[in-house]
Amino acid sequence: MSRKILLENGDISGIDQFDIYRQHGGYQSVEKAIKTMTPLEVVDEVKKSGLRGRGGAGFSTGMKWSFLDRKSDKPRYLVCNADESEPGTFKDRYLMEKIPHRLIEGMIVSSYALGASRAYIYIRGELMWLAKRLENAIGEAKAHGLLGDNILGSDYSLDLVVHPGGGAYICGEESALLESLEGKRGYPRLKPPFPAISGLYGCPTVINNVESIAAVPWIVTHGGEEYSKIGIEKSSGTKLISASGHINRPGVYEIELGLPVEEFIYSDAYCGGIRNGRTLKAVVAGGSSVPILPAELILRTAAGIPRLMTYESLSDGGFQTGTMLGSGGFIVMDDTTCIVRNTWNFARFYHHESCGQCSPCREGTGWMEKVLHRIEHGHGTPKDIDLLVDIAKKIEGKTICALGDAAAWPIASAIRHFRHEFEYHIAHPDKITDPDHVYQPMGTK
Amino acid sequence: MTPQFSSQTLSNIEILKTRYPVEQSKSALLPILHMAQAEFGGYLSRESMDYVASLLNLQPIEVYEVATFYTMFHLKPTGKYVLEVCRTGPCALSGAEHIVDYLKQKLGVDLNQTTPDGLFTIKEVECLASCGSGPVLQVGECYVENLTDQRVDSMLAALKSGELSDNEPTPAHSILFRTCGDKQS
Amino acid sequence: MVKITIDGIEIEVAAGTTILDAARQINPETAPPAMCFHSKLEGSGGKCRTCLVKVTKTSPSNPRPMPKLAPSCRTFVEDGMEVENNRSEEVLEARKGVVELLLINHPLDCPICDQAGECDLQNLAFEHGAETTDYQEERRRFPAKAIGDLIQLQMNRCILCFRCVYVADQLTDGRHHGVLGRGDSSEIGTYIEAAIDNDFSGNMIDVCPVGALTDRTFRFKSRVWFSKPMAAHRTCEKCCGNAVLWLKGNEILRVSGRRNDVGEVTEFICNTCRFDTKSLHLWEVEGPARISRDSVISQNHTPS
Repeated sequence: MSRKILLENGDISGIDQFDIYRQHGGYQSVEKAIKTMTPLEVVDEVKKSGLRGRGGAGFSTGMKWSFLDRKSDKPRYLVCNADESEPGTFKDRYLMEKIPHRLIEGMIVSSYALGASRAYIYIRGELMWLAKRLENAIGEAKAHGLLGDNILGSDYSLDLVVHPGGGAYICGEESALLESLEGKRGYPRLKPPFPAISGLYGCPTVINNVESIAAVPWIVTHGGEEYSKIGIEKSSGTKLISASGHINRPGVYEIELGLPVEEFIYSDAYCGGIRNGRTLKAVVAGGSSVPILPAELILRTAAGIPRLMTYESLSDGGFQTGTMLGSGGFIVMDDTTCIVRNTWNFARFYHHESCGQCSPCREGTGWMEKVLHRIEHGHGTPKDIDLLVDIAKKIEGKTICALGDAAAWPIASAIRHFRHEFEYHIAHPDKITDPDHVYQPMGTK
Repeated sequence: MTPQFSSQTLSNIEILKTRYPVEQSKSALLPILHMAQAEFGGYLSRESMDYVASLLNLQPIEVYEVATFYTMFHLKPTGKYVLEVCRTGPCALSGAEHIVDYLKQKLGVDLNQTTPDGLFTIKEVECLASCGSGPVLQVGECYVENLTDQRVDSMLAALKSGELSDNEPTPAHSILFRTCGDKQS
Repeated sequence: MVKITIDGIEIEVAAGTTILDAARQINPETAPPAMCFHSKLEGSGGKCRTCLVKVTKTSPSNPRPMPKLAPSCRTFVEDGMEVENNRSEEVLEARKGVVELLLINHPLDCPICDQAGECDLQNLAFEHGAETTDYQEERRRFPAKAIGDLIQLQMNRCILCFRCVYVADQLTDGRHHGVLGRGDSSEIGTYIEAAIDNDFSGNMIDVCPVGALTDRTFRFKSRVWFSKPMAAHRTCEKCCGNAVLWLKGNEILRVSGRRNDVGEVTEFICNTCRFDTKSLHLWEVEGPARISRDSVISQNHTPS
């Protein structure tokens, strides 16, 4: 069983309450940091830990922190990205629900390190009940002198605010999130300038994912070096994986980076294998945006090396034969899954969620969905497959933010690895709903 | 008729405004729109949006722009309970399409329609971050997870009888509503 | 001053210049096309993606190319920067793709569109577009919306450049219209379908690169190339009073702002000049207005 850092003591009943959390070592990092460390020493520990952004991009958290403009005389902000909306990903929600104080503790220590006197947790509006629980937790921490004015008697003060979104996937993009937090439409900003220089209200800002911030308390308490020993090479630490789809045990698992993919799928400690005795067909390993891989390529690289749950191993082979760890949204599909239908489903998602600001994404996502809808509903033509690849190319790399890429990759990769299924759909429109064909109407268990 | 927040809500809004820098009160727009939708009949009428604009000294268009961008805001009247079923990838893999069909058949209305008794509106939404416990639907602040026909039946009955309301947080209903974490031992 | 090379041509420009601006200084005819950027409108640009260029070298100290094509309208020059515009296959291919995407939902109703002949999208398609498209789905349609007696809104033609929103923000007292909805169902609107009415609203017509916002008082009166553009001015309390009169004989069919070499309006005019002074005796005519040589309007027209 993997070691637990983020979900440490997660099974203790009442751990969502302040007293119990505190009894089990909670908020130690706040005491340690504020009483014995300078803010820059905290930044150093996070750098040493090798922690990489857990929201999907995998960029070094310590580096991100060190880009923050500390010379500016404007206030500095820390904003936590709790807008978790990537299909297949539900780990942040799980963590906040289970141990809300872990995030609050991380926010305090991180804000201290960054010199922020006000910090925001931007949580997706659908999780309003969870936003209220976080506010409750903030109230508890405040009552115990861990938040608000003069934390633990020091001269450091922090105001922590929970801010709900309104329903828009794009607000998970950090600059769109800032726009939304400013009360505007969630339009991604053009970069540069980057938020570290000009972010929230034009002030230097760091935006981190929930899981990244929740890892900071352990790093501060135990030291960055200790953290870097967990995991392998450049994938240090533990990662929350959201497992969903056709598996026996869907849920959130904290794994030590480096765990073999095969073990993750088949071990009873994790996914517990494919449900109903079916076989594995494909996996989307890092949330809906990353390339889908067929069973043989998710279990082993093209060179035949067993794949591991790390940033490097999952991306081995580039987009030709590899994928990405992304946000850790691990969607498993068994042999009854229709790849065409699933691809259309994802295309519909990106079409629905495109903000509409820049033309390639606004127009291209809709076009791709329409073509896929046609193929899935028996009106495809052989030219449509290459057309989809072509539209994806017209979007990829041309847009303001990464949503364009995120919309293009699932489609391009599905065609790359499952072209025959698209061809079958087009050649046999009458058989699309035939139970003998790969696609089966989905019923409840 | 111009809508008017209760005095309790108005004082909450004053507290809310202090959470943002003085000259940045527009930041309070999304939270206030949520309050307006809850207090003014479950949707945002033009009058409600104009009222919110006046509270924050905004041009009405600034509120319309925001309200029409975010999917949680309903711009037309809805049923008392809006059943928002997730249709995205993982939920679709675990039977969301069937749940939508079942709801339609059970309630006798199509997507985006309201039952004649004014109780239920069915909508499809994108990913609700409940992929490990799909199919899922959201009603008000509640997530109803691991949906089956039976669970849909009991949810509808409980909502009808008033045994459940949609403004209580999800974990309060541990029998009907389970959080995704419950599956992990 | 900094030195930048675009398609092998070196130019010295002021620090803080954009790549697009530098390219326009070299030659407006070969500069990247820009559908959403407008030099007079702060914050505009970056959205249409037609002006993407390849930065092959960021600066001598950072000789790496930029990882993605950069929007030249919002990317600032650095000393020693090297850029490929028309020389780069990648850029031309990307531009062709963007043009196609801008056109898939555009109605192509040029024969009945008042903008035809002076439409940036027409020119863009002609210069940078492909001959064919594989798009075969239905085009997007919006219900007609009235926004008053002066401006005609044809949402189906809109490419969401946001210029009119910036005009309303920066030129008029209080913005009443904006972009509503999301994604490809976004639309320009007032929500309450109120008239857009204030002294400078007419400038939205001039900045609109397509026929989405046209002069309602000019509607279906004439094809633009059958009228004669004359530079003229008058003394006006509200604006500069410098305009272009579009004449048919001695009749003023419409009044618009003056444009520079790249088609941007240089001076904004008020609604009185635009809509309410359509008698020739109210104006001091200077002579034929400058029109690009390539423009269809330049037929039968001798520029000054």
